Order: sequence, then C-alpha cells, then structure tokens
Amino acid sequence: MEKLSFTMKPSTAAAGTRARAIVGVVASGNLEVLLERGLPANICVIDIATAAHGFAAVWEAVIDDFVTRRPAGGLHISINDGGARPDMVSLRLAQGVRLIEEL
Amino acid sequence: MTSATSWYEANARQRVEALLDPRSFAEFIGPEQREISPHLAIFDLPEQFDDGIIVGRGTLKGRRILVAAQEGRFMGGAIGEVHGAKLTGLLRAARSLGEPVLILFDTGGVRLQEANVGELAIAEIMRALVEMRMAGVQVVGLIGGRAGCYGGGGLIAGCCSALIVSEQGRISVSGPEVIETNKGVEEFDSRDRALVWRTMGGKHRYLIGGADAFADDDVLAFREAALMALAGNGRLDAGVLEAEQQRLERRLHRFGKAHDAVDIWTDLGVREPAEIAGLATDEFLRRVTDKRETANGAR
Repeated sequence: MEKLSFTMKPSTAAAGTRARAIVGVVASGNLEVLLERGLPANICVIDIATAAHGFAAVWEAVIDDFVTRRPAGGLHISINDGGARPDMVSLRLAQGVRLIEEL
Repeated sequence: MTSATSWYEANARQRVEALLDPRSFAEFIGPEQREISPHLAIFDLPEQFDDGIIVGRGTLKGRRILVAAQEGRFMGGAIGEVHGAKLTGLLRAARSLGEPVLILFDTGGVRLQEANVGELAIAEIMRALVEMRMAGVQVVGLIGGRAGCYGGGGLIAGCCSALIVSEQGRISVSGPEVIETNKGVEEFDSRDRALVWRTMGGKHRYLIGGADAFADDDVLAFREAALMALAGNGRLDAGVLEAEQQRLERRLHRFGKAHDAVDIWTDLGVREPAEIAGLATDEFLRRVTDKRETANGAR
C-alpha cells in the first residue's frame, strides 16, 4: 500500500449538516470514500491508501481539481483505493460531497 | 430507490437502504469506527473500513429487525475475523433482544488470507445462529448477489429459518472452480455458465427445496419475500431436524443418479424442463410451484 495525505484549502465549505457519508467499494478499479465533518471550514484533509504505487502526482492533480470545483471545506476524506482510474476517483469524490449535503 | 433496482447490481449499502423502511437503518460499528481487518496489511492488501459487512438495525413495515449485508465486491464478500465477528455479534444480540435477522449473503466463503480465524468465525456464526433459532428467533437469508453464497456462507445459509433466492443467486459449498480443480473438467466445467447456473443457481435451488422463495432480481421483490418469510414460524427442534434428514435421504435416493439438473426437473414432472433456464419469473413460478420439492423448517 502507498499512503498519501493532502491538506487542501478549498474556497467553499461543504454544505449540509450530516456528520459523515460513505460511497464506493474497495474493488478492482473502484475505491471507497469516507467523508467526515469536523475540520475548520477552510481546510480539507484527504488521506489515501492505494494499491497502485507511484501515482502521487496524478492524485494531486485530481484532488486539486476536486477542491477547486466542489464544496469540500471542513471535510476529512479517507480513501481506500483498489486501483481506480482518475475519472472514477473524481466521480466518487463528487458523489461523496453530494451525499454529505443531503439531510 | 424505485422498484426497478436490481439486487444483483446494487451494493450492500444500497440493498439495505432499499430493503428496509426509508431512513430506518442505524448501523452498528460503522465505517467511521475503522474496525478493519488486522490481517490484510500483512499481505499489503487494500482494506475496507467496514471489512465488507454492514450490520445494524432498522424496521421492515414497522417491525424492528436486525440486518447484516455482505459486500460481494470487496474480496468477493469473503469472511475474515472482523467480518465474522460483526455477524456473530449481531446474531447474539438478536437472541437476547428477540428480534429477527435478515442476512443479505454475497460471499465466496472464508477469506483465504485469514483462513484460520475465518473458519473459526464460520463456526461461531453457525453456533450463534442455531442458538437464536432454538430460542425461537428467526433468521432469513437473501441471496442474489454477484458472489453468490459459497463455502462457509453456504453452510451458514443452510442453518437459516428460510432462504430467498433470485435467478442470479447461487448457493453451494464448493464453488465451480473448486470442483473443477479437485475433480477435473470432465466432472465440472467451471467456464460453462449455463451449467453453473442450472446446478447451483436460484431456479434449481428453489426447485429442489434448497430455497423457500424465489424472487425477481429486484430490491422490492426481495422486500416482499422477506415479509412473507418472516410470517412463517421458523421452528427448530429435534423433530424438525429428523424430518429434514428424512427429506434429504429421500431426495438423494430419488435424484442421486441424475447427471444433470435437467434430469431432476424432468423427474419432478416439470413441463418442458429444457426451457426452465430461459423463463421469466412469472412463467417459471406458474410451471413449477406444484412440482417442486418443498423446503422444510430445518432447511
């Protein structure tokens, strides 16, 4: 496993009040994303455990794009990755912030 | 979720969500508690926060119920130490609370990376299950996922008060590849999907009394079938076990020489048995309901 951690400064805080949300499954080409509230509204921490080594730069690009486009402030996001492609990662992250906004 | 939600395609969380009354589910030992397998890191394998099983409590048409759902896509729904302990704990709680349990099976059996603790977990689960049934509490198994219900999962299913299966569901102990590896391709060709399904699939299991109800591959169909199953008594005592033993002996005597499931369906008197695999649920049930071997309270 390769462990990566990113501390980002999103411009928008996550909406809603739900304490946590989880999407996805750890399987080949898939990943699980656990989102938990509790950080300052201008911070988003993303911890990743991935089966595919050597892709830190790709993760950084995907996460950079995610915090620019989605309201992720205040979230601690934990990822268990089974070797998902960047588009799948983006989709799961988007699905996660959407779910935690729901009542 | 609407009625057109495939049980087979849904993941474990989606199944639980759609099966129970809306927003009634509360998870025990949820993913935020990170109660992960202590073994997978040793093999440098990916972990999942819920270790591939969701356990909790909710309501089904207002009735309180405990639920366990295996995630067949995470390591084939395989049962390891934590995964097994969560199910054992749920069954023990069910016994003391007197609340019935639904197990949404989706498993290949014991997780090979934690084989010893996994085997122990299967034994503990079976013991807890039988103890709760002896105390008069029902446990209903729902089978229709990608991984089917194999290995130790098949043994646990065999202990349930009732089983609901869809066409996509498969129930067995040794899986197709295991049989082929041990007995050769002449005995069982694991790549012959039609053979796999007519030997272990939902329709065959329903026909020979290995499952009590046959449901469409639809979450709401499983919900309706679960409500019906819970209306049964699920009694378990020596008399029920003896009756089941006799039923199985009769079955072996009657069908033991059959080379293929179609021979059994023919013997049962099913009209046009070769068409069974292609029939939609309604027509299948019309043709077989009065022909099938009935299941028994012991399973």
